Amino acid sequence: MSDKQYIYAVARIRAKEMHLLTGGFMEQLIAAKSPGECLQLLLDKGWGDGQVNGVDRFEEILSIERKKTWDLMDELMDDLSPFDVFLYSNDYHNLKAAIKEVCTGTDYEGIFISQGTIEPEVIFKAIEERDYSLLPERMRPVAKEAFDTLLHTRDGQLCDIMVDKAALEAIYEAGYATKNPILSLYGELTVVTADLKTAVRAQRTGKDMAFLKKSLAPCKTLDINALMAAAVDSFDAIIKYLSSTKYADGAEELKKSPSAFERWGDNLIIRAIRPEIHHPFTLGPLAAYVLARENEIKTVRIVLSGKINDMPEDSIRERVREMYV
Amino acid sequence: MGTTFALLGAASAALFAGVGSAIAVGRAGQAAAGAVTEDPSLFSKVLILQLLPGTQGIYGLLIAFIALGRIGIMGGTLPGDDVALGLSYFAACLPMAVVGLISALQQSKASVAAIALVEKRPDQFGKAMIFPAMVETYAILALLISILAINGIPA
Repeated sequence: MSDKQYIYAVARIRAKEMHLLTGGFMEQLIAAKSPGECLQLLLDKGWGDGQVNGVDRFEEILSIERKKTWDLMDELMDDLSPFDVFLYSNDYHNLKAAIKEVCTGTDYEGIFISQGTIEPEVIFKAIEERDYSLLPERMRPVAKEAFDTLLHTRDGQLCDIMVDKAALEAIYEAGYATKNPILSLYGELTVVTADLKTAVRAQRTGKDMAFLKKSLAPCKTLDINALMAAAVDSFDAIIKYLSSTKYADGAEELKKSPSAFERWGDNLIIRAIRPEIHHPFTLGPLAAYVLARENEIKTVRIVLSGKINDMPEDSIRERVREMYV
Repeated sequence: MGTTFALLGAASAALFAGVGSAIAVGRAGQAAAGAVTEDPSLFSKVLILQLLPGTQGIYGLLIAFIALGRIGIMGGTLPGDDVALGLSYFAACLPMAVVGLISALQQSKASVAAIALVEKRPDQFGKAMIFPAMVETYAILALLISILAINGIPA
């Protein structure tokens, strides 16, 4: 697969990259006087479908943008399976949602995410009827275990960490299975940033080793045993461990604030994919484009939410991610 | 046997350089189609970039014609059993055959990258054309050597 050439697709992506949001444009968004002005800048840039308007409907506009990206990929690629790595998190989110809805017997409106590799209705049916064979093989054991756990213990957090760990393992394996450097790297960095965030959160809430073992997924560039040992010890131990890894610059951000650390994690991925902007033949630029779009949608959500909630410009700015172009 | 070797040389020049150019123009064509899908006004610019790796096929054809003329296939005396003469023609055609194939394939990569450049900066078309054109130098050098070698073989 890594040898397959995507010359036509990459040529089209090169033109699309011209319309990605830049750091300068993000500054304009942050400097906008109101959420309405902010949204207007995006609409002028071609965001949305020309019909949906209004600050209260900005999530719909972001969904439209996300759909545009996936429609484009659908058009450019015969087989979207290499990009499953980006969609697994939605599948596992839907699994958590289905388990909770079935266990509590409550219908939470809008809890399911439509962009995944499996239809949310199928996941819901599998859980409701306990027919796990409807799910992909990789998902069956965790679906059964998480459902039984929630049913018997009523511990929602335990159920969540089981599914989250399974999601990370699926993303990690799918990334390496593509044999594409950029997708493998995405899988690796997704696990790294998630493990680090979980370790910090666990340390702050005083979780034990058993919790950490259930939460952290293994990866190549972090020694999770050392990370777990650090997390049960102290925050400084986590900083010390992180400083000894190739992600040492993340330690500084971690000291600043959780949001600075989260931003560092996202920026790490964007910096890693940036060389793809010069590759003309492979799947890499397409994968990088998907990630760049996801990144800008996430950043626009941060800015707009900040504007709606009257956050100061500086607070918004410190949360804004680096752009791909 | 001599005629066979001589013909093999002429055919190789047309064959390998032609194959190289066909693959290369096809590859650049895919990129050009992608560029024109997004911006039809780029058609004339990307067409030139697509055609650049096509020249090796023409050079191969030229060498094949010259060699066939000299060999006597198109009228004249054939080398017959003169193996040394046949091998000389074969050797003389080799630069164009080998360099034609490789340079066309490499030039297509430069052309695809140049098409990406034109997509992002249409005003830099002149500079974009230079990068794949640099590869052409080596196809021209091979063409020159093949012509000199064929003409230098005593009939």
